[in-house]
Amino acid sequence: MNEAEATMDTDRGAIPMKDAETPFMADIKVAATNVDVFYGDTHAIKDVSVDIGDKAVTAFIGPSGCGKSTFLRCLNRMNDTIDICRVTGDIRVDGADIYDRTVDPVQLRARVGMVFQKPNPFPKSIYDNVAYGPRIHGLAANKAELDEIVETSLRRAAIWDEAKDRLSEPGTGLSGGQQQRLCIARAIATAPEVLLMDEPCSALDPIATARVEELIDELRANYAIVIVTHSMQQAARVSQKTAFFHLGSMVEYDDTETIFHNPSDKRTQDYITGRFG
Amino acid sequence: MVDMAALTKLHASPITATRVKARRRAETRLKIYGITAIFLAALALVTLLSSVFYKAAGALTESYINLPVTLSAEEIPVDDPGSANFGGLTKDVMKEVFPFVTSRRDRRDLYGLVSSGASFELQNKVKADPNLIGGVITFPFLLSDDADLYLKGFFGTLTSEDTDGALSISGNVTEVGEEVQLFSTANDFVAEVAVVKELLLIEAARVRADAERQERGRAVFTERAQAASTDEQREKLIAGATGYATQRDALNARADDLEDRALRPGGEEPLSSETPSLLLEVNGGWIDATRVSATGLVGEVVVPLFSDADAAPGEWVLHVMETPENARKVNDKQVIWLETLRSNEATETTFNWRFFTAGDSREAELAGVWGAIVGTFFTMLVTFFLAFPLGVSAAIYLEEFAPKNRFTDFVEVNINNLAAVPSIVFGLLGLAIFVTGVEFEVWGREIVIGGFAPRSAPIAGGMVLALMTLPTIIIASRAAIRAVPPSIRDAALGVGASKLQCTFHHVLPLAMPGILTGSIIGMAQALGETAPLIMIGMVAFIVDIPQGITDSATVLPVQIFRWSDFPERAFEAKTALAIVVLLGFLVIMNILAIILRKRFERRW
Amino acid sequence: MIQITIFVVLLLTAAAYLTGRTRAVTAGGGALATLHSRPSYHGFYCAIWVLMVGIAAILVIAIIGGALIEARLMAAIAAADPTLSQIEIDLVLSDAQAIAAGDIASRSGDLRTAIAQQFISAETMRIWAVLVVGMGAALATFMVTTRQINREWRARNRSERIVRYMLVTSAAIAIMTTIGIILSLVGETLNFFANIDWQVWKYVFGLTWSPLSGVHSGEMDADKVGAIPLFAGTLMITIIAMLVATPIGLMAAIYLADFASPTVRSIAKPMLEILAGIPTVVYGFFAALTLGPAIRGLGEGIGLTVASESALAAGIVMGVMIIPFISSLSDDVLNAVPQSLRDGSYGLGATKAETIRQVVLPAALPGIVSAVLLGVSRAIGETMIVVMAAGQGANLTANPLEAVTTVTVQIVMLITGDTEAATAAGPAFTLGFTLFCVTLGLNFVALRIVRRYREMYD
Repeated sequence: MNEAEATMDTDRGAIPMKDAETPFMADIKVAATNVDVFYGDTHAIKDVSVDIGDKAVTAFIGPSGCGKSTFLRCLNRMNDTIDICRVTGDIRVDGADIYDRTVDPVQLRARVGMVFQKPNPFPKSIYDNVAYGPRIHGLAANKAELDEIVETSLRRAAIWDEAKDRLSEPGTGLSGGQQQRLCIARAIATAPEVLLMDEPCSALDPIATARVEELIDELRANYAIVIVTHSMQQAARVSQKTAFFHLGSMVEYDDTETIFHNPSDKRTQDYITGRFG
Repeated sequence: MVDMAALTKLHASPITATRVKARRRAETRLKIYGITAIFLAALALVTLLSSVFYKAAGALTESYINLPVTLSAEEIPVDDPGSANFGGLTKDVMKEVFPFVTSRRDRRDLYGLVSSGASFELQNKVKADPNLIGGVITFPFLLSDDADLYLKGFFGTLTSEDTDGALSISGNVTEVGEEVQLFSTANDFVAEVAVVKELLLIEAARVRADAERQERGRAVFTERAQAASTDEQREKLIAGATGYATQRDALNARADDLEDRALRPGGEEPLSSETPSLLLEVNGGWIDATRVSATGLVGEVVVPLFSDADAAPGEWVLHVMETPENARKVNDKQVIWLETLRSNEATETTFNWRFFTAGDSREAELAGVWGAIVGTFFTMLVTFFLAFPLGVSAAIYLEEFAPKNRFTDFVEVNINNLAAVPSIVFGLLGLAIFVTGVEFEVWGREIVIGGFAPRSAPIAGGMVLALMTLPTIIIASRAAIRAVPPSIRDAALGVGASKLQCTFHHVLPLAMPGILTGSIIGMAQALGETAPLIMIGMVAFIVDIPQGITDSATVLPVQIFRWSDFPERAFEAKTALAIVVLLGFLVIMNILAIILRKRFERRW
Repeated sequence: MIQITIFVVLLLTAAAYLTGRTRAVTAGGGALATLHSRPSYHGFYCAIWVLMVGIAAILVIAIIGGALIEARLMAAIAAADPTLSQIEIDLVLSDAQAIAAGDIASRSGDLRTAIAQQFISAETMRIWAVLVVGMGAALATFMVTTRQINREWRARNRSERIVRYMLVTSAAIAIMTTIGIILSLVGETLNFFANIDWQVWKYVFGLTWSPLSGVHSGEMDADKVGAIPLFAGTLMITIIAMLVATPIGLMAAIYLADFASPTVRSIAKPMLEILAGIPTVVYGFFAALTLGPAIRGLGEGIGLTVASESALAAGIVMGVMIIPFISSLSDDVLNAVPQSLRDGSYGLGATKAETIRQVVLPAALPGIVSAVLLGVSRAIGETMIVVMAAGQGANLTANPLEAVTTVTVQIVMLITGDTEAATAAGPAFTLGFTLFCVTLGLNFVALRIVRRYREMYD
């Protein structure tokens, strides 16, 4: 099955579609309105507005450098760690402005978790990697609870079976795909509501990619998931809604099916059909 | 399975909010540690530099006294002016200015005001211009280091106190050394008596503490005596205790006496070399007080007065020198002479050019750094001409030609380790191999390896420093060569240049700015090195300015080391100024390196 | 005279270059492209041979001649007065040389004047020999090399090979320096141990250091060469220094790497570089004349007895000296921790402090350990600060307010002291060898850790 999907991935012509049985627009989890981002003098994101639904996967696609990752990093204020970055506009999670002065980004990031492009397990044991978040946020009252959180997270990230016998071994010893699922487990362990994934499969081989995509689909039941990808097939496979970014602006945002079959903008169509990218 | 959704709700709970606050506080703490660390480092730097600069300021000027000199043709032969006794002449000049100084001791103190170098300077001046002979010239005599320090205020300043009364004088006021009595119509000396009495109290407290110690000794001995096993021992111990008791009583009695004197109002108190000095200026003369009461004092004439006529209020001045006589290197008489000269406007303070042009000297006022600067220059010259070509060649070989094998690895490990070997070990190497030579016995014959360099010469020092600098230059040059992109090499090799041509025609010129920057920084390190040069004997006292790399020489850092060890107070300022000079050279070299880097920095 | 010979050789070198080039041009016969090597390579090849042979000849003749003359004169002295001991013969010889040079000799006498006469005549011969042989060799090389030039002559390859050998030789200097260090230290160390009858343990574990106390009787007292007081003093000052340098340096590095704004960085980094560039003698001056008295005054103010040369003052100042060392090495190490690890931690909602403490520092630990080890090695080998601000008496104490002495101080004291160089060299070089071994070990371990660490993240 994995191999079949992998071959499809390379085949640009056939775009496999998800038969979307889930009801489409659920509650809005994250609402961004008129967001602009500046890196020093560079205007990186231009007036982007987007509503992200709960219990669904939203994909951001677009050519490299179009700003989709930058926008993603606004949603949990990861851009705060870059000195020269400045964000304006309004971003709300569950109706609350996350750029409000009273909001501590540290608390926000516990609720809006993030998985990165390259698997980045800490040079610690698998257990400590997953327990890191719950420990700093004080989610577990005792060791038994922590053990449970770790197990739950590893199960949800579909890596429990591979990791349960080697919890005390370093996380860096896992294979690339396992590392990425470990990172997903690590993000889940802080009990977030939203999961941001920045090209989570770009450093993985096709088989590992398929596992992670499956996992994303399972996780959809519990989280609002936003995934940045430059693989259109991946967006088509895992997401319900898709936003197309180009040169810092959001060109089009719609149901994934609509974007891939009936885009309203010429640029989207050109990108989908492979004229540029 | 844990209910993750329940955990999610925790994120919005007040418990979490307090927790986050605590976590933020922990972060602020870490930040404060960091800022404190940087602040402490900055504080250390500022303290270090400012203490050096503050001390150095004292050596920036030197003091002279301008006095008329009669260059009589009888004493100075015109055809050979150098043969005259200029030392005697200088003394005569001083005698002329202070004719009333007659006792041997006072004369010696008086001559001590002028530097021993002054007569040589006078000699040189006359030798250079024999036409002066027969006339009278005004010549600036260099003051000795202590007199110079006094004029700069290093021993405290002489303050003039307000006086209200009229002063009556009795005694022989025209003879130096005679005791005179002075009475003021007002309580003009009350403050001074109070100071002296305060000192008495301090002294009394010290004596009491001493007495207490005796008492403790007595107690211990008594206790031991009770516990003693033999009579003989007991007697001994009791005798000891009695001794302590006697001493205790004597000390207590002294303390009582001192306290009594201090607390009793009025009365006359003696002044000593441990109390502030009171110097009275009246009727054109000076009196050094030996005893003081609220309204009068008894003193010794130092500069004779015109007359013993009464002085109206405001016509006499009371000078106070807070620093006691034994805490300064100029005694009361010298203070008075210097003050007389100063009020006659004979003293002069000029910028201390001598410091930058003279060689070393045992006399602080004559010592300069020029010899050390020249020695440093020669040493650095040797270092550069050895370390630079060798270092660059080694770097070229390692980067461009060396095959990746054990030898190359070994060389690399060697270079890295050499960079961290303590400098003193290099000094021992230099001493053994360059200076004394290592002896071996081969087939019954003694063979000496090395030992060709003269001790304490720049050539030996330069070679040692070159070996020390070599790793720095090699590492920097390798980095610079590595930064040249391979495309340049490909291009050169592609048009048929040999490997060597490619390296010397293309890679090396492009890497040169980086190599030079690294080399300058290496040289700056070498410039500050002291320990290895001490090892090879560059600590000798060398007055002459070295003329070449084989002459005996010293270098700036070693000069600093030696001077800092001298007991004369004036050398402290000289040392600090020498440090400023050294830092100046370092700053220049580093600026050069920065300019070079900025100017030729190239990014591929 | 030797200078003139060298000058002549240099002239011949220049001539060889020009001749070689001209000959090559002639050999090319107008069509330079037909030459194997460009004319300047021919010139270079001739010149470098002339130079090498000339200088080598001068050196060989000068050195061998000197040794020969010395041996012959010594034999002459021994023959003239067979009662003289070897040292007396040496003395007579150096006196004779002084007389010959017109300097003041320690003593004069018929024998000395006679030897001086012999010396002068032999010396004249040596100089002439140097001149003739040096110039002759250079000239011969000149003839041979310029003769060889023809169209096919591979001058470029040959001169490049010579240059390559020169490059290899330069690179080998590093090894030669290490060998030189070991050679010069080991000989005296073995001598020293032989003098104490190979009771090495008395040196390593002995508690009394006074190696020169038995010098007048010509014996080294094995009971008085115990280096423990020196090791203890070195250790104490090193510990004080590291207690100052490690927290400050590390905290500064953490702040600069993860918290500081670019403005703060642009001020703090050069400041630390300045601190690093200050010569140790300046630190020593500061310790001895500013901090030492200050600590003493402070101590007396609160009723403590502080020696004017206390371990504390020297240690603190040495710590300040090592701060930039630790901070710049740690800064490198912290910056080498990939940003992705930091991002991963921030992404989980960790604060910067938590990220640093729980992710960055553990990841950077090997590097920081090696930075501290290198710092320790510097502290142990540092000389000027302790010579100027720590004590000189070997004093076994645990009180940092007292004066202690260190290995480096004792080396300086022994070498610069009044004792005859040959006697003082034994203990001094033994201490030097100990110092070399300890610092070498520390550096070796530290560099290995760093190398492994670099490989981990590259």
